[in-house]
Amino acid sequence: MSEVLSNDQWLEGAWTTIQLTILGALLALVLALAFGLAGTSRLTWVRALNRVYVEFFRGTPALVLLYWFFYALPLVGFRFTPIVAAVLALGLNVGAYGAEVVRGAINAVPKAQYEAAIAMNFTPLQRMRFVLLPQGVALMLPPFGNLLIELMKATAIVSLIGLVDLTRVSKNLQSSLGETVTVFAVVLVFYFVIAQLLQLFVRYAERRVDRMLGRRGGHEPSLESVAAGAPGAGVSG
Amino acid sequence: MVQWDTGYAMDVLPALLEGLRVTVLATLIAYAIALVLGLVWTLLRRAPNVVVRQTVRWITEFIRSTPLIPQLFFVYFVFPDWGLTLESLTAGIITLGVHYSTYTAEVYRAGIADIPKGQWEACTALNLPRSRVWLDVILPQAIRRVIPTLGNYLIATFKDTPMLLAISVHEVLFVAFDEGAKTLRYLEPLTVAGLIFVLVSVISSIIVRRLERRYATN
Repeated sequence: MSEVLSNDQWLEGAWTTIQLTILGALLALVLALAFGLAGTSRLTWVRALNRVYVEFFRGTPALVLLYWFFYALPLVGFRFTPIVAAVLALGLNVGAYGAEVVRGAINAVPKAQYEAAIAMNFTPLQRMRFVLLPQGVALMLPPFGNLLIELMKATAIVSLIGLVDLTRVSKNLQSSLGETVTVFAVVLVFYFVIAQLLQLFVRYAERRVDRMLGRRGGHEPSLESVAAGAPGAGVSG
Repeated sequence: MVQWDTGYAMDVLPALLEGLRVTVLATLIAYAIALVLGLVWTLLRRAPNVVVRQTVRWITEFIRSTPLIPQLFFVYFVFPDWGLTLESLTAGIITLGVHYSTYTAEVYRAGIADIPKGQWEACTALNLPRSRVWLDVILPQAIRRVIPTLGNYLIATFKDTPMLLAISVHEVLFVAFDEGAKTLRYLEPLTVAGLIFVLVSVISSIIVRRLERRYATN
C-alpha cells in the first residue's frame, strides 16, 4: 500500500493529466468562442461553418480523433508529438460542445437587450462586447464547468498512445508492483480529487460573474443546464 | 508519403462493420443498464434515510467524476481478485452502463425537479398512496420531459465505446487499428472508422432533434 502511494510516478502522471487539461481547455475555449459566435451570425455561410465544425467534431469520439492524428496523419506527412496530437483531439472535440453552449447562451440573452443595444446605436462589436457577451457568460459558465470536468476525464485516452498520465501510471505500477486493487483504487481517487478541485474553481467563477452582473446566484441545476452540459447534447434554441 | 487507396478502404470495410456490430451491441445493452440503474439512483436519492441518500450521492458523484478507462481497468483487473472474472466485452458493457447511469440519474433528477409543485400538492390533496404518486403522476410527466436529453446520452454512450479497446474489446476502433497494424497502413481503416462514427452520430442527432420537437413542453 505505502509502496504504491509513495511512488514518484504519480506526480509525473498527475502533471501530464493537469497539463493536458489546461492546454485542451484553452484550445477548446478559443474554438468554442470562435465557432459559437459564428453560429449567431446573420450570414448563412458563417452559420454553415459553425454547423460543419460542430457536427463533425461532436460526432467523432475524441479517441478516434486522437488515433487519427497520431497514427493516420503521419502517413500523409503530418507528424505530431503525442502531446500535440492529444491537445488537438481533446480541444477540437470539446470545443465543438463548447461552441453549442456559446451559441445557445448568446441566443438566450433576452431579445429586448439586443434591441436596446441597437436603439442606443451600438456597433455590432459593441453590442457583443458590452451587452450580449457579459450576460451570455453567466449562462455559459455552468455548462462550461461540466465540459471542463468532461475534458479532464477525457485526458485518460492519452494513456492509449503511450503518454504517461495518471491512467498510464496506474497500468505501469500494476505491471511492476502487482498490487492491482490498490493501484486502480488510488488512481480513481486521484481523478476524483482533481474533479472536485475543478468543481470548486467553477463555483467560484460562477459566483464572481453573478456578482459582476449584480445577480443572486441560485444554482440548483435546471433541466436545461443538465442537458446543455451533456457530453452528447446540443443546446436548444 | 502515402496515397489514399480506396480499394484498401473497401477491403477493410467488412471487418469494420463487424466491429460496428460489437459497438452497437455494447451501446444498446450499456444504455439499457444506464436507463434502469439511473432511475434507481434517483429514487434512492429521495429515500427517507439520510445515510442511504448521502451514500448514493457520493457513489454516483465518484463514478461520474472519474474517467471511464481507469474504471474499465478496475472492473476488468480487480474484480477477478474478488472472484468475479468477466469477459472483456461483458466488463466493458457493465462499466459503460454503470458510468452512464450516473449521468441519467442527474437527468431524471432534473426532470422530477421540473414538475410543478401543484402536481405534488394535488397528490396530497387527493390522498394518493406513494406508489401511485410516483407511478401515475410524477414519473410519467418527468420521463416525458427528459426523453430528448436521455436520447443525447444514447449518442454519448455510443461515442464512448471506443474506450473499451483499453481492455481489448473488438469494437470499431480496435478492429481499424488491428487492420492497420497488419499492413502498417493506418490511414484508410482509421479514416473509415471515423466516418462511420460521424455518420451514425449525425443521423442519431437528427432523430433526437425530432424527439425534442415532439416532446417539447412549452
